[in-house]
This record gives sequence, C-alpha cells and structure tokens, in this order.
Amino acid sequence: MEPVEGKAFMEQNKRSQVMKERHYWEEWTGRIYTSVCVVFLVAVIVSIVYFVASKGVATFAMNGVSLSEFFFGTKWSPDGEPASFGALPFITGSFAVTILAALIASPLSLCAALFMTEIVPKSGKRILQPAIELLSGIPSVVYGFVGLTVIVPLLRNVFGGQGIGILAGCLVLSVMILPTITSIMADALSSLPGGLRESSYALGATRWQTIARVIIPTLLPALLTGIILGMARAFGEALAVQMVIGNAPHIPSSLLESASTLTSVITLSMGNTAMGSVHNNALWSMALVLLLMTFIFVLLVRLLERRNRI
Amino acid sequence: MRAKTTDKIATFVICFFALFIVALLVGLLGFILARGVSHISFDFLTSAPQTLRAGGGIGPQLFNSVFLLILTLIITIPIGWGAGIYMAHYAKPGKITDFIRLVVEVLSSFPSIVIGLFGLLLIVNTFNFGFSLLSGALALAVFNLPLMVRTTEQAFRAVPKEQKEAGLALGLSKWKIITSILLPAALPSLITGTILAAGRIFGEAAALLFTAGMSTPPLDFTDWNPLHARSPINPMRPAETLAVHIWKVNSEGIAPDSKDIAAGASAVLVLLVLVFNLSARWFGRVVYRRLTAAKRMD
Repeated sequence: MEPVEGKAFMEQNKRSQVMKERHYWEEWTGRIYTSVCVVFLVAVIVSIVYFVASKGVATFAMNGVSLSEFFFGTKWSPDGEPASFGALPFITGSFAVTILAALIASPLSLCAALFMTEIVPKSGKRILQPAIELLSGIPSVVYGFVGLTVIVPLLRNVFGGQGIGILAGCLVLSVMILPTITSIMADALSSLPGGLRESSYALGATRWQTIARVIIPTLLPALLTGIILGMARAFGEALAVQMVIGNAPHIPSSLLESASTLTSVITLSMGNTAMGSVHNNALWSMALVLLLMTFIFVLLVRLLERRNRI
Repeated sequence: MRAKTTDKIATFVICFFALFIVALLVGLLGFILARGVSHISFDFLTSAPQTLRAGGGIGPQLFNSVFLLILTLIITIPIGWGAGIYMAHYAKPGKITDFIRLVVEVLSSFPSIVIGLFGLLLIVNTFNFGFSLLSGALALAVFNLPLMVRTTEQAFRAVPKEQKEAGLALGLSKWKIITSILLPAALPSLITGTILAAGRIFGEAAALLFTAGMSTPPLDFTDWNPLHARSPINPMRPAETLAVHIWKVNSEGIAPDSKDIAAGASAVLVLLVLVFNLSARWFGRVVYRRLTAAKRMD
C-alpha cells in the first residue's frame, strides 16, 4: 500500500481527529441522557417512599396515636370525643376481599392457562388470549359500574339484604385480577423445561396425571407468583371496590354486610379532611400500610422466583 | 376411579371454566355496550354535564381524557424510552442493574391511589401546581413509566444482534447505532407498546382523584390561548376525566338520569380502550407482515 504523504496525510489525520471528538461527544450524550432517565426513576421511588412515610409516621410520632391502637383498635371515630383511630376494620376488609378474590380467581385462571397450553394450545390461544387481554384492558371504574348495576342487585335478590359488601367487592376484584394471574400462569406453563411433559406421556400417564403430578408441582413457585401479583393488584385497587363495598367503618360479621377497605376509606375521606389534622394523618398511615404491603408482595414474588430458578 | 375417567372429568372441568371466562368477557362487553350504546349520541359526546337536571353529556370529560393522555405521553416517552435504552444497552450485569430492575418492579406494583396521594403531596401542594392537568399528567407518568421502560427494553433486546455488530464494524459510536439503526428497527414494537399503555392511562382514575381533580371549570372552546383560565388547553386548570366522571356519577350522582350517564360514559370508555387495543394489534400485524415480506425479497 502506498504511504499517505504530506498534505493528504495531515488531512486524514485531522479528519479522524474530528471523528474521534464527535464520537466522544455522541457517546457521552447517550450515556448521560439514558442515565439521567434511570436516575429520575430512582428519585421518583425514593421520594414516594419518603413523602408517604413521613406523613404516615406523623400519626404515631406527632399525634400520639399508639401503634397498637391503629393496628388492633376496632373503633374508627376520628371526630368522636375522645377520637379513636382503630384501623383494624379496614385492614381486615382489605385482606378479606384480597384473599377471597384470589381464592375465586386462581382456580379459574389455572383452568384457563391449562386450557391454553395443555389441552388445545392452538385454538385455545386464539380464543382465550384475546379475551384475557381485553378483560385486562377494561378500566376499573367500568368494573365498578358493572358491579353496581349487575352484581349488587343480583346478590340482593338471591341473599336479601343490601347486596353491597365484602362478597360484591371480591367478586368484582376476582374478575379484575383474572387476566393478571392467567397470563403469568400461561407464560410459566409454556416455558416448561423440555422433555418433562413428553417423558410423563411416554410413561403412559394420562393428561390429568401429567398435569397434576408433574406439571403443577414443577411449576408451583411460578404459579404462586401469578397469584401473589394478582393479590397485589387486588389489595391496591381503590375505586371499583369503593363503589360496591358499602363503606361502613366496622368489621362485618357476614360477607353480605357493608364493609370498608384501606383504599376505599382513603378515597372517600382524603378530600374531606384538612391537611395536617390527625384524621388526615391517619389516612396517610393507611397509605403507608398499602406501600409496605406492596414491598411485601414484591419480596414474596422475588423469593418465589429464586425458588423457581433452582 | 380409573385414571382415564379422572382424566376425562378433569379435561371437562378445565374446558368448562376456560369457556366460562370467554362467556364472562362476552357477557361483560355485551352488557356494557347494550346498556350504554343507545345513550351515545353526538349531543351526549359534546355537551357539558348537568348536576341536577337530566340530559347531561360528557364533552369536557372526553376532551380532558384525550388531552391528559397526550400530556402524559409527552412526559413519559422521552424518559421511558431513555431508561429502557439504558437497561437494554448500557446497563452492565451487577448490583446496580439489579437495583434498577427492583425499582421498576416496585414502581409498577404501587397501588395507583398511593401514586395519586404522592402527587397530591408533592406536585399539588409542595410544587403548588394545584389540581391541574399538569399534576394529573405527572402522576400518570409515574404510573405509566415502569410499563414503558419494560416494553422499551424488550423492544430493543428483540432487535437482531447482527444489526448492532454491523454498526460497530462501521466504526459508529454506540449512541449513533442506537438512534439511527436500532431505534428504527425497534420502533414498531415501541409504538405498539405505547398504544397499549395509552389504553391503560385512558381508563385510570384513582391516581387522578387527588391530582387532576374532580371538577372542570366551564370551558370556552373558542379560546385557545393556553394562559386563559377557561381555555381548554390551559394545562394549569383542574380537569375531570371520563373515568373519574364515571366514578363520580356512580357514587354521588344526583341527576335523575345518572345511571344512564354512567352507562353511556362506560360504553364510550370501553369502546375507546377497545380501539386502542385493536389498533395496537393491527399496527403490530401490519409491521410484522411488512418486515417478513422484506425478508422474502432477498
């Protein structure tokens, strides 16, 4: 190859220098821009936790409400004399609707997921998958509306009473969390490690034996992950539940009695209380409970995922 | 019981419940549309709501929802795509990346009402933005970002590795490769993901109760100066969206036809979400076909 000489050499050298500099700047704009975006996400989460926690802790630190009164007190009368701030009815309500909704939705979701992956994979996916996606797209207020116009009158006709209450709430929630659970379970089922299913069939096992004794035990952690994520959604859902649960501040003695959840109380009362009052701070403490439950759900999911990997 | 009989029963039960879910969806959509569509008219879609008399519409709410969606996308697209690109191309496996993944996971599982409350505290009160479209858009951005980051990361990871390698062989910088080679290739799935996210933003209400507010000032649709209080495009005015309106009408509506308004508004909301969903699918299919056809040409 002929050596590049004199002016031409200088020219080329200069050009590559310019290129290098441009590279350098391009490289850094990209790096800085994307990093700033990520730092922003971290800042958002830190400030959410900080602001909600600082408000939520104020109830106990500044207003002198004791932890045991808040978590185990059954009497909620923020305007009473003396005022009492027992949030147990709402905590119970939240857990009751969440657990019941999961109990209703999980078997249904498992059936749907098995139908899509084990029984008729092709046409099952074509019918069921869009149905599940559409169900997950329906906004929660619309679920609340349907609950109010269909489920509540139905319960009223069948069981008597007012129709509103825990049962109406958990029925609405179970339909809402169905898509979440189903899609995670279906993903898990279709990613089953190769050969397990086939080996079981090769041993002469029927489909149900394969499902019940091979597939479900193998995938149990992943299936539970779906249920936990569904429960997380149910626990945090506010408006749909608020519309059908009746919002009475006591622990109900039956499923058909009016009740409250943490989210429904916050929704209804937050706008009517003055910032900084004890009543208002107690609502923030409930928001803090919601936040902590989110962390617990995420932690559970992480633990299950770790078990799944082994 | 013999194994075969058990198998048959189990299959029947599974099929029954799977079809039950399809029936549930059909029933649900059928009910919402049958109950609401008859109430939809041009007048209903454009006129303002009435608090005491019958015959109110959802015009301002519909406009607010669309405007809020646009504002939210303007905020979330640059940040969400940027963070997604970071996760797909800059993040190195290690503690920091794991931590960011955890952040995205936690952020996406926060209840939307908690995000609404956070918006109330920080954006509405501390930043003093008041109950406004901008506050609502910022709260929705928090709600929407984790989803956006995840879909962006997936879209970028799905681009064949050879494209990146070819760019590197040309001596391009990493950022140049990302913006001029990978971004166009990932764009179809980015757009599909964004449309799906838009559907979710559209139906969201809990995060908006305490940020965008529950009322709309009387709007003057001839005034398009964003600084005027009655202008529809003033981002600092309070705005009640369609979803919030449905909630409000259901729980405290006192107009004689509030049930019909809730039904009509629900039908409109569901139809719009369906449109988002179907257009995302349609767009995905068209692009997929174009890409695969291009491959066959070679």
